[in-house]
Amino acid sequence: MSAFPRMVAHHQDLVYGLARRWTPRAADAEDIAQETFLRAYRALSGYPPERIAALHLRGWLARITLNLARNRARDGAHPTAALDEAPDRADPHDPGPERSAEQRETALLWRRLLAGLPDHYRQAVGLRHVDGLSYPEVAQALGRPLGTVKSDVHRGVRLLRKAYEAEAEMERPMTRDGDTGTAERRPATAMRLASEVSW
Amino acid sequence: MRTGRMVAPAAGRLAAARDVLAGLRTLREPAPPSLAGRVMAQLGPVDSVDSYSRMQTPLWPLLVAWGRDGITAVGRADDPAAFEAEYRSRTGRPVRLVREVPDRLTRAVEKRMRGESVPGLRVDLSGLNEFQRRVLAKTMEIPHGEVRPYAWIAEQIGHPRAQRAVGTALARNPVPFVIPCHRVVRSDGRIGRYGAGGSQSKRAVLQSEGVDPDELERLAQAGIRYIGSDTTRIACFPTCRNARRITAAHRVPFRSARDVTGAGFRACRSCRPFPTAQAA
Repeated sequence: MSAFPRMVAHHQDLVYGLARRWTPRAADAEDIAQETFLRAYRALSGYPPERIAALHLRGWLARITLNLARNRARDGAHPTAALDEAPDRADPHDPGPERSAEQRETALLWRRLLAGLPDHYRQAVGLRHVDGLSYPEVAQALGRPLGTVKSDVHRGVRLLRKAYEAEAEMERPMTRDGDTGTAERRPATAMRLASEVSW
Repeated sequence: MRTGRMVAPAAGRLAAARDVLAGLRTLREPAPPSLAGRVMAQLGPVDSVDSYSRMQTPLWPLLVAWGRDGITAVGRADDPAAFEAEYRSRTGRPVRLVREVPDRLTRAVEKRMRGESVPGLRVDLSGLNEFQRRVLAKTMEIPHGEVRPYAWIAEQIGHPRAQRAVGTALARNPVPFVIPCHRVVRSDGRIGRYGAGGSQSKRAVLQSEGVDPDELERLAQAGIRYIGSDTTRIACFPTCRNARRITAAHRVPFRSARDVTGAGFRACRSCRPFPTAQAA
């Protein structure tokens, strides 16, 4: 178990990043991440070495994180609007100095587009392409069959591409319109996406 | 859903797909630098897993475990597997047998076994509740070679009716010998329970400290709770070092605090056998 600190160092971005997409407050994400590692530690200290060796750590950790984040959201003490919160909302934990305004703008755009996806697609796409898990790891994290997860990711990405193209098309003639104009249209994009999927 | 307007040509579409994956990657958020430290602080020592070792003492060989925050457990050496299992279930942490014991630790345990105080001795009582800690802290104050009733601990920590809870807290003392729970006995003079090997072991530890358990029981059966001196007119618990100095000719036995005060005696200020407010 002396490998534990190394494990935390190695997986903290995955665990924290995933938690962060589930809660509007960075401090809550840090709590969830901490609790995830504590649970992992307790579980691991009770497992025999063969079982630890056979564990797929990333998928397993992601699953713990998701469970904790969901419980927290469900218990309501910590409201999680998270992904589709207003883009102009000041986030005190935004790593501002390291990111240029343009990068922040890009991240906000993708956050909004991702938030427009139906739940299953959003979760699968997030784990695969934001957190960088493999398909089997995503399947493990979500507790869903591999085939389902793959198709959810593909469909989700396709929807995102369409939404992105639609966005780009709408942005083009109105580049000088200022922020308010585009901000008003944004919810419409997300809604249209959702209706397209639920056919 | 694929009807209607045609979008970009194929090349543009590929670019858009790449944009999607690149765009999603911008959502990655690295963990704050404080996270790993917080996790480790919660876990306690993991870099060096808690260790335990066998230690020879005048009475029995003991197992002594320690972690980053001090001594974590002491137990009889008869059953190391049970010691490890109990350790893990109590602390949630694994513990590993090692050969080398830090010198400071060996000296500290030896001194405690001899009844000496060890300034700066660190005992890790995390996982115990506030009540248990107060019971153990009070027990630490009982001098080598003396005993106190459970009721005395309860009274001293401000829970005079919690004698049973005191007994339970002492039975779960994770560090017997280091915290001398063997020095707490029943008010009726019987030796009482002992977590580290039963009442026979408790008698043995007390005898090793110069306490005569038979004499304690004899006094208790005669109803004698306190011993006073007719020269100082002070009354003590029978094992108090001040009571032991009283020569036979001057010993005055008492059955209750009321008898003590009624005879114009006062309570000893070192062993504080009963609340002085009551005596005043």
